[in-house]
Amino acid sequence: MQGRRISQCVCPAYGTFLDFSVWQGYAGAQMATQDQQLVENNYMCDPDADGGFVYTTLEAAINWMHKYSLWPMPMGTSCCAIEYMAASCSRYDISRFGSEVNRYAPRQADFMFICGTITYKMAGLVRRIWDQMPEPKWCIACGACACSGGMFRSYSVLQGVDKIVPVDVYVSGCPPRPEALLQGLITLQDKIMATDHPLKDFFRTHDLRKAQRGDTIPAGIFDD
Amino acid sequence: MPTETTTAAHISTAEALDKIRNRFPALGFHEFRGDTTLTVSTDQLLAVMRYVKEACGFDMLLCVSAVDHMPESPRFEVHYTVTQSETGAILLVRCEAKNDNEPIVPSLVGLWRSANWLEREQYDLMGIRFEGHPDLRRIMMWEEYPYHPLRKDFPVAGVPLEKGNGIFTEKAPTSGAPFTTAPGGRTAAEREPRSRG
Repeated sequence: MQGRRISQCVCPAYGTFLDFSVWQGYAGAQMATQDQQLVENNYMCDPDADGGFVYTTLEAAINWMHKYSLWPMPMGTSCCAIEYMAASCSRYDISRFGSEVNRYAPRQADFMFICGTITYKMAGLVRRIWDQMPEPKWCIACGACACSGGMFRSYSVLQGVDKIVPVDVYVSGCPPRPEALLQGLITLQDKIMATDHPLKDFFRTHDLRKAQRGDTIPAGIFDD
Repeated sequence: MPTETTTAAHISTAEALDKIRNRFPALGFHEFRGDTTLTVSTDQLLAVMRYVKEACGFDMLLCVSAVDHMPESPRFEVHYTVTQSETGAILLVRCEAKNDNEPIVPSLVGLWRSANWLEREQYDLMGIRFEGHPDLRRIMMWEEYPYHPLRKDFPVAGVPLEKGNGIFTEKAPTSGAPFTTAPGGRTAAEREPRSRG
């Protein structure tokens, strides 16, 4: 198995098998009945390893961590924020998706939930908060007003927040129900899982020993 | 803000109106379905309002609104709604502003402190200057915004503004695709914006 490149694999190891011993029993049962090579090809655990190892690609692992710890920066400016409050409370329970930690400090947030009408007066503030959030960051526009200005076709309302921040997911509705917000969050998670991470080829193309001797990481690795 | 103690807090509306009529016989009175409107000139406004508040018991300023009669010559008028907090009686006071393009009306902040923000709102959206206001700034639009958007000659869709200080404005689409329904369809599904793709 050494040196064999595991192809792109998802990360359900702890989701599917909560305990490693449970997984071992499962894999052992599979291996007793099936071709061992087939099992090795299809599972990302090394059954011969001592402590329990999970093989995965760096890209998949990092994306998986991003996906289940999305801390929102809630930009609640009007009624969509009420739906967001419902979504984050116990009935709809956004913490099922790892996104319950509301961060009102932008530097601790991972993505911005723009829930509500953004006026031109507010637009500069939204942009400033967005600029204060560290990368990687994403943005969900919730509801008609955030997506397109909604029914407010007037002198004072920004006609869609995508004029000031890059929007990843648009959620329709006026206001959208909490289920729609959760669907938007799941859509964002799917998008994150498909992210091509710039660190993907790092260890394949760079010698680790050289890196340990203090070489600087070449330009372009961490740039977006 | 110390004021004289009100001497007539409990007088009835009819009594109050009689007192105002006796004191200011030249004022225009107009009654419609039980509501009385006084028409006051800008010169008399402060004296009338002080009398209305301190002698007639209308101790609370409810609302300051403004009207734009654009083609006509006294273009702007300001409406004040005052009430007696004891009885709930309401009196409307109407004051035509002096200048058509730069309308000026005396400020009532000295009488009612609640006039502060109400007058700032009218200054912001209608462009009426309140003489003697202690802090006449915009309250809804941002400080650098150059227009008074509720005037009749201002387009509801807005006017494009260059980016300045991080804020910009664009012209909002108010008709046509894709957000308005199309006329003529027999069913709602045919009329709705999505049916045009």
